[in-house]
Amino acid sequence: MALSRLSSRSNTFLKPAITALHSPIRRHVSTDTSPITIETAVPFTSHLCESPSRSVETSSEEILAFFRDMAQMRRMEIAADSLYKAKLIRGFCHLYDGQEALAVGMEAAITKKDAIITSYRDHCTFIGRGGKLVDAFSELMGRKTGCSHGKGGSMHFYKKDASFYGGHGIVGAQIPLGCGLAFAQKYNKDEAVTFVLYGDGAANQGQLFEALNIAALWDLPAILVCENNHYGMGTATWRSAKSPAYFKRGDYVPGLKVDGMDALAVKQACKFAKEHALKNGPIILEMDTYRYHGHSMSDPGSTYRTRDEISGVRQVRDPIERVRKLLLSHDIATEKELKDMEKEIRKEVDDAVAQAKESPVPDSSELFTNMYVKDCGVESFGADRKDLKVTLP
Amino acid sequence: MSSIIHGAGAATALSTFNPVDSKKLTNLSVRSQRYIVAGSEASKKKSFGSALTVRHSQKLIPNAVATKEADTSTSTGHELLLFEALQEGLEEEMDRDANVCVMGEDVGHYGGSYKVTKGLADKFGDLRVLDTPICENAFTGMAIGAAMTGLRPVIEGMNMGFLLLAFNQISNNCGMLHYTSGGQFTIPVVIRGPGGVGRQLGAEHSQRLESYFQSIPGIQMVACSTPYNAKGLMKAAIRSENPVILFEHVLLYNLKEKIPDEDYICNLEEAEMVRPGEHITILTYSRMRYHVMQAAKTLVNKGYDPEVIDIRSLKPFDLHTIGNSVKKTHRVLIVEECMRTGGIGASLTAAINENFHDYLDAPVMCLSSQDVPTPYAGTLEEWTVVQPAQIVTAVEQLCQ
Repeated sequence: MALSRLSSRSNTFLKPAITALHSPIRRHVSTDTSPITIETAVPFTSHLCESPSRSVETSSEEILAFFRDMAQMRRMEIAADSLYKAKLIRGFCHLYDGQEALAVGMEAAITKKDAIITSYRDHCTFIGRGGKLVDAFSELMGRKTGCSHGKGGSMHFYKKDASFYGGHGIVGAQIPLGCGLAFAQKYNKDEAVTFVLYGDGAANQGQLFEALNIAALWDLPAILVCENNHYGMGTATWRSAKSPAYFKRGDYVPGLKVDGMDALAVKQACKFAKEHALKNGPIILEMDTYRYHGHSMSDPGSTYRTRDEISGVRQVRDPIERVRKLLLSHDIATEKELKDMEKEIRKEVDDAVAQAKESPVPDSSELFTNMYVKDCGVESFGADRKDLKVTLP
Repeated sequence: MSSIIHGAGAATALSTFNPVDSKKLTNLSVRSQRYIVAGSEASKKKSFGSALTVRHSQKLIPNAVATKEADTSTSTGHELLLFEALQEGLEEEMDRDANVCVMGEDVGHYGGSYKVTKGLADKFGDLRVLDTPICENAFTGMAIGAAMTGLRPVIEGMNMGFLLLAFNQISNNCGMLHYTSGGQFTIPVVIRGPGGVGRQLGAEHSQRLESYFQSIPGIQMVACSTPYNAKGLMKAAIRSENPVILFEHVLLYNLKEKIPDEDYICNLEEAEMVRPGEHITILTYSRMRYHVMQAAKTLVNKGYDPEVIDIRSLKPFDLHTIGNSVKKTHRVLIVEECMRTGGIGASLTAAINENFHDYLDAPVMCLSSQDVPTPYAGTLEEWTVVQPAQIVTAVEQLCQ
C-alpha cells in the first residue's frame, strides 16, 4: 500500500486552520459541507442526450468520505487477495481494486431506495451499500455469520435492506433481473431507479439487448452501467466487440461515456442518469475504468496485458491518488492526516479479518435451510439416508 | 389502472400451507398436518417407509373427485372449461392481491394464445397484464427480479418449450436466489404454460419440460389435469412464496367440469386419488391420466381393480399418498408422457424403489414416451406416446 506518489506542493500546507480536521476516523468527519466546485478532468461523451456539466458540486466532507471509503475498499480487496493465497477463501474471487471510484461515486448520487444489482465483482459494491467488512470477510471464508450465511460465497453478496440485489455469477444474467427491479419500482410508483451493472464482456450478451428493448418500450427507470475495464477475462475489448463504444450500443437508448476512475465524474453522471431515468426511461452509462488484478485470483492478469500498462494506469489514473491530490491541493487534509487515516483503515480491515476468522462455520443442518420458504414439513435425508437428516420447517 | 399496492400486510397474509386457512377445502387441513407428524416421529425411524406405520392408523381420506361430487347438494357450482378455470383462478388472485401481475407473449390484448388470460388486460390494465416482446430469457429474468422486491409475477411461456431459452434464469436465479442470499430474497413467481404432445404440432412444440426442470433445487413443479385442480393449483401457486412451475397440457384446455362456486385451493404437494382400487397402483399425471382412465374401464371389465393416482406434484413427489397406495396394492405402474430417459417416471421409479422396496411384489414398471423427437405424422405421433392398450397390457403383465 505504499502509494507514495504525492504532488510536491502539499507539504507546506500544514496550517492551524486544518487542525480541526485532525480527527480519528471513527468520529464522523466533521468537515466543511460548504460547496466546492470541481471540474472533471475528462469531458463526458454523449449519445442521444445532452452531456451533464463538467463542474461537479461537492464538499470537503464528501471528498474526504470518498477517500476514506475507497481506501477501505482497496484495503479490503488486498486483504482478500492475501486470504485467498492463504487458502482461506476458496473457489472464485473477483477483485475490484482500481474500480473503487465507481462504487463510491454512485453511492454519492443516490439513496438506499435506489436499487443496485451487479455481477460477481461485488465486494466493493456491497460495502458501498452499507455492508460491513466483517460480514464480507465472513462470507468470503464461508462462515455462518457471512452476509449470505456462508451459502453464497464471493459472487453472492446481497443486502436487501439497502436495496442491493447482488452478486450474480452468470455473466449478463443480472441484466434482466435489474430491469425487473426497475419494473417493480415503476409498478409501485417508488420514484426510485435501478442501477444495473455489467461488464464489457457481458455487453455482448443477447439478454442485454432484450432487456434494453423492454426497458425502453415500457419506460422503466433502469440505468444500465457498463463497467468497461477493457478486458473480459483474458479478451480485450477490441478482440471481442465489433463496436467498443458501449454507450452507443443502445441505439435508441441514450448513453453517456464517463471517466470511471474519477469519483466526481461518476457522481455527476449517476445524478444525471437518475434524473433522466425517472423522466425518460433507460439510459446507458459506460464507465471507463480499469482493474489492477486479473479477472479473478486464478488469473495472473499479465498474460493478456503488460505490466507496464497496469503500472501506467496506476500512476496516472488511480482513483484514490486522484482524490488524495484533490484533498491536498484544496487544503482539506494534510498528508499526515491521510496517512493516519489509511493506517486506521488498515487496522479496521485487519480487525474485521481477524473477527471473521474466528467466526463459526455453518452447521450441517444449514444445508437444507432456505431451500424453500416454509419448507412444507418435508423430510430431507443425506446421501447415506441415516445420519444427516433434517425436517424442513 | 390498479397498480396500487396494499402494503406488506397483503403479502404476509398469503399462506398456502396454513391448516387453519379459512378457505373451504375438502381434505387439505388433515393432509398437511400429516407432514408435521412425519417430521417428529421419524427421527427415531431409519427409513421413510417405517415412519408411515405411525400414521397408518389414521383413515385414508377417500379420493378428492368423489368427495367433491358428493358436495353438489350444498352448492350448485358452475361448469366450465379448463382454460376458463385457469383464468378464473388467475383473475381471483389478481383481484385479491394487487402485487400479482402477468407477463408473457400476447397475454394482454390478444388474450393469450390459449385464452387463459382473456379479458384480464381490459380489466386490470397494461401494467398488470404485460405483453412482452419475444425474449423469454429477458422477461423471465425481469419477473424474477421484480419478485425479489415483492411483486408476484405469473410468467406465461406461450409453449413450455420456449422456456428452454430462459433456462438460465429459471435454474440459477429463480431456483437458487433464496438459498444463496441466505434467505433474504423470496421469489414468489409462477411459471406456467402448455406443454406436452399435442395434435401434430411437430417436435419443437411438443416438448415435456418437466424432465429438464426436475433437478433444479428450490423450485416446485405441479401439473394440472382437470378444471378443478387447474384452478386450485393456479391459486395455490400464486399464493406460494416459493417459485412454482405449473405445467398445463395443450390438449386438456377444453375439458369441461363442474367446479365449486366458493373459493378453494389445492395443496401443491399433494397427489389426487382418482380411483381407489386393490390390485395395482397406477401413477400418472396430466394428459396420461385420461389414457389411464380409459384403460381402467377396459381393465375393470376384465376383472382388475386398479388404483389410479394423479401425482399432480412433480417436485416434490407426494410419497405419502403413493406409499400408502403401494403398501396396499404391492404393484406399481407409472404412466407418463415424459421421455423414457431421465423423465419424471425415471425419478419416481427410483424414489419408489428406494423407499418402498419391501412392499413391492413386482418390479416397478414405467410406461413413457419413446426417446424420439415427436414426429409430425399422425400415426407416428400416436406411437410416441403411451396408448390405453399398452397400459392394459402392462397391467395384465404386472398382475400375473
